[in-house]
Amino acid sequence: MGVRQIGARVQRVEDEHLIRGDGKYVDDIQLPGMAYAAFLRSSMAHAKIKITDISAAKGLPGVYAVLTYDTLPSSLVSKTQLETYPAPIIKQSVCPDLLASEEVAHVGQAIAMVVASSRHIAEDACELIQVDYTALSVAVDVVEAAKPEGPLAHSHLKDNIAASIETKFGDVEAAFSECDDTLKLKFKQHRGGCHAMECRGVLGDWQQQLGELTLYSSTQCPYLVRRMVSRQLDCPESSIRVIAPDVGGGFGPKAGYYPEEALIAIATKELRRPVKWTEDRREHFTATNQQRDQIWELEVGFKKTGEITAIKGHVTHDSGAFLNYGLLLSATTLMPLPGPYKIKNLHVTLNTVYTNTVSTSPVRGAGRPNAAYAMDRVIDAVARHLSIDPADMRHINLVKNEDFPYQPGSKHRNGSMMTYDSGDYTGMLAMVKEMADYDNFRQEQKQARANGKYLGIGLACFIEDTGMGPYEGVNVRVDVTGNVIASTGAASQGQGHATVIAQVIAEELDIEINKIRVESGDTGKFPHGIGAIGSRTGVNVGLSANDASSQVKKKALKLASILLDKNEDTLELSDGAVRVRSDSNQFITLADLALQLSPAVAGKLPDGFDSAGLEAVSYLSSDYMPHSSGANIAKVEVDIVTGGIKILDYYVVHDCGRILNPMIVDGQIIGGVVHGIGNAMFEQMVYDDAGNPMTTNYGDYLLPLASEMPEIHVAHIETPSPANPMGLKGAGEGGTIPAIGAMINAIEDALTPFDAYIAQYPVTPEYILELVDSEKIAAE
Amino acid sequence: MKASAFTYYKPNSLEDALGLLQNEEDAKVLAGGQSLMPMLNMRFVQPETIIDVNGIDELARISVTDKLEIGALTRQKTLAKDPTIRQHLPIMQEALTWVGHFQTQSRGTIGGSLCHLDPAAELPMVALLYDAELQVASASGIRSIPMQEWALAYMMPSISHDELLTKIIIKPWQGSHGYGFQEFARRHGDFAIAAAGCLIKIDNNIIEDIAISIGGVEDVPRRFTECEDVLRAIKYDIDDIKMQVLKPLSKINYLDDSLVTGAYRRRLLRGLLIRAVEQAAGRS
Amino acid sequence: MQEHEVQMHVNGKVVSGKVESRTHLGDFLRQSAGLTGTHLGCEHGVCGACTVIVDGDAVRSCLMLAVQADNCEVTTIEGIAEADGTLHPLQEAFRNNHALQCGFCTAGMITSLHAFLSENPNRSETEIREAISGNICRCTGYQGIVSAAMEAAEKLAKR
Ligand code: FES
Ligand code: FES
Repeated sequence: MGVRQIGARVQRVEDEHLIRGDGKYVDDIQLPGMAYAAFLRSSMAHAKIKITDISAAKGLPGVYAVLTYDTLPSSLVSKTQLETYPAPIIKQSVCPDLLASEEVAHVGQAIAMVVASSRHIAEDACELIQVDYTALSVAVDVVEAAKPEGPLAHSHLKDNIAASIETKFGDVEAAFSECDDTLKLKFKQHRGGCHAMECRGVLGDWQQQLGELTLYSSTQCPYLVRRMVSRQLDCPESSIRVIAPDVGGGFGPKAGYYPEEALIAIATKELRRPVKWTEDRREHFTATNQQRDQIWELEVGFKKTGEITAIKGHVTHDSGAFLNYGLLLSATTLMPLPGPYKIKNLHVTLNTVYTNTVSTSPVRGAGRPNAAYAMDRVIDAVARHLSIDPADMRHINLVKNEDFPYQPGSKHRNGSMMTYDSGDYTGMLAMVKEMADYDNFRQEQKQARANGKYLGIGLACFIEDTGMGPYEGVNVRVDVTGNVIASTGAASQGQGHATVIAQVIAEELDIEINKIRVESGDTGKFPHGIGAIGSRTGVNVGLSANDASSQVKKKALKLASILLDKNEDTLELSDGAVRVRSDSNQFITLADLALQLSPAVAGKLPDGFDSAGLEAVSYLSSDYMPHSSGANIAKVEVDIVTGGIKILDYYVVHDCGRILNPMIVDGQIIGGVVHGIGNAMFEQMVYDDAGNPMTTNYGDYLLPLASEMPEIHVAHIETPSPANPMGLKGAGEGGTIPAIGAMINAIEDALTPFDAYIAQYPVTPEYILELVDSEKIAAE
Repeated sequence: MKASAFTYYKPNSLEDALGLLQNEEDAKVLAGGQSLMPMLNMRFVQPETIIDVNGIDELARISVTDKLEIGALTRQKTLAKDPTIRQHLPIMQEALTWVGHFQTQSRGTIGGSLCHLDPAAELPMVALLYDAELQVASASGIRSIPMQEWALAYMMPSISHDELLTKIIIKPWQGSHGYGFQEFARRHGDFAIAAAGCLIKIDNNIIEDIAISIGGVEDVPRRFTECEDVLRAIKYDIDDIKMQVLKPLSKINYLDDSLVTGAYRRRLLRGLLIRAVEQAAGRS
Repeated sequence: MQEHEVQMHVNGKVVSGKVESRTHLGDFLRQSAGLTGTHLGCEHGVCGACTVIVDGDAVRSCLMLAVQADNCEVTTIEGIAEADGTLHPLQEAFRNNHALQCGFCTAGMITSLHAFLSENPNRSETEIREAISGNICRCTGYQGIVSAAMEAAEKLAKR
């Protein structure tokens, strides 16, 4: 033994059952007597509604219940979804009714729920429910909606502004008056969707005799679901167990609390039988939170040397119909500004605006990709204006190594000063340039242009605040067979947390990884937890697993010293046993030590032991938020005849501090980059003027496919974070955050001969041809 | 997303199928199912009856005389690999590289593509190039429809509810000629935003004969005769052709929707058309 | 409501049952045969998660009625490993190359590649990328899947 686990490309413990088809996702669970739910959802974006007849639906053979707002139980604390993240700064908070009462605010909002003996019949019954709609004004365009006289998204509001927030530091006005030149930029960032391959799903199983509700949910945050359902239904948390079994991807939208979770809980209680709802893909397009539409208007002040001194501006953020995830998305849009760049004066305001579209909430990176995109577009715009190479421009403005710990001036959500703990931003830039052979590519590009081929190269640098607390605990217990059970409040949707936890424990206890079983995503197995959001799990569980197993190790050594009658410092833990260093034949196994602390041993616990079992729990977290960072380069070729874009190559240098498992980190980054490429080139959620979603299938809504994706070359630097004892930083979203910027900068670079400015993404082939000077084309 | 209820029949002979078609009021024919099944699942169509023709073996044959007769139930995967097709209709195999994915080609049929008649479908474009003849049967007999008269309107072929498309008859071009097929879709396997197919015969650097079909640009795929007329009998000079195609391009009623504008389709078609002609000429 | 008796060979075993006309093969395999390894990601024929092998061909099980698979040989992800549990080279390669994260697309990827490589294991990277372009994965960015397919293809070619 003694094999290094931390930092090794350890194969995942999760894979075995998944590659055999033995996974258990919510929809795979079948319980005796189970019924199936389906929803009747609004077909209009904004309307007064009246349900005129449910009798035909109710009378259909196989239908057990039809629930509407009026027939929801009166025992609920509220028939409106409770706010998940209330905040005083929210001026007007609107959450949906669990089932719409009088007004619907987006296509897809739930109006009625049918429970039947099969999903087919439940859907048949939904078609029989009669609803009268009276159309109301529709707010679709966020800029129009933000105007005081704009169409109202909710008829009871005076305007559509949910909240106004800002980030502000330095002396912006003075900096503008002292700068050499200024530029104005306006661009739109587009919403996309979640599109985890597994849609959402909820299965409720109420046990009347026990007074217990088990809720299986395809969620990222089982504890949040427990908390919210318990509050909504006014029943103690102790009576609810939420289990997130295998979850087929999350990416953010599964981190919220949804009406369906409460409704399934209600239905199983009322009907006293298990009830399952599996979201179908069309519902996913109209009922699962989406990404973010944002309009950015910025003004930048800079010196002739390229040094950017000030930024001011405004963001109009489309919240969609409801604010069911608080202001997290808005806040994470502003907070990361100005990213890795040293810009001392900044003032950006943001309005969160309701529209009659699907609600938005964080998706992979939350607002961070938007902030990173804004900064990288600013850098390229100024570079072009000053005829400075974009790479040099970045070098000029990046935070330098001697600046760490660096405080840009911005604040965390809790009001504390943002601190960049460590990194090597300029080193990463140099490294990624080298990987991509940047200088040679510029030569290639010149020659290609002469031959009518349009090559482009784009850069992006970013930071990411990761590892947010307060904790994600881990309990480590050695059982009487010498196997280890680790339980945690973390929940996973494919990231490989179980493997990482097992690696950390295996290293500290020096045991084989296959002797460790990790239990997670089950509120019945661990008391507190948060869930997989914001690139935080690796850091928190890594620290906690390490701390808990080192406590177990201490306990083992202490007990062994009593049992072997040796001084503790003459002992060591290796290969599943505590051994006498000088004579490895004298040992006592972890299994025997565990037995000594188990009920199998009659009488008292040994002296100095006040807790049962060879086990320990830890809730260790980072002292402050460690910042991951990276530099990316994309290379593209644009076909100016079709507008098609071929991605030639993609390069990533990433720093997430000390790496626990490079294979897993690379997987997160590559997957994240492709997600960002999807945003940049493909994914477009289109609504028509009446608020009808036009892209609700995978023929119209384009996700990135293997055939168009480039080889993504990933390299790492490891600057350990001083914010925690293991030097960890998070890695879940660092692929996506810079990718949109790198891609758009590359495409724009390819179109330099046409002096194109890309003002929106996704960049469609059609948009490319609009950007390309048509007279020039006609001439060739 | 589950289909609404229907009655299912699986006739084993053409005769039985035609009998069912005659008697059932609201029936849909299920062949490969690669277009119908999604529409059923999404409840975009809710027929009372489904007539599954997959049991009628005689509809799945390819035979060759001076013409190729392709049974309507011939799967795309068969067409993609069949040596007879490779020999006589290589353009069909080239077009098939753009059609869906191998997992949909394994069930999708040529008859299904022709009857579904998506504006951007490739197989109808190939049939158009050759002025194929479509044979349609009903309980009262067989009739034959020239491919150019097949499409009546958006996704509406010239076939009535009691009829079944049975075979596609194609007469390959004789003598030395070239073929080209160009398409642009955002991703591999997607329906084309625009596509152009071309057959060309060049003799002494003169375009002796040319056939062009286009897809994705109008509400039905069609022969682009306006363009053929301009190019036929002129000297093959690609720079000249680039200019010549401009005029006929304005004869097209471009699809214009919330996802793709007509203006873009026009520009795209021009580029693809030129590339298809060039490709065909290069192979002639 | 019209029902049919169906019988098929799934992963070498006889599976029979009653199905409604409208039940697609994916639902039948998951619900009646209890083979939940086949996943439904879109039910409109694009995501490929539901891919199974019917009489040797990879097909979308959401685009085929269960009654149409009557008397067919069906292989699902549960039938890819050897009867004694030994993993198929594709499964091994998926694990070696971190070709899965959440695992939801994995069954469709493996069944698709199984059919594709069984026909001919000598495939280029481009061919493999095109072959799985009918399978959507939101997690991996495909790179690990492509590496896994190349690794397995090499092994299968030697067989
Ligand atoms: S579920 Fe069948 S292709 Fe998506
Ligand atoms: S591994 Fe999650 S969708 Fe592919």
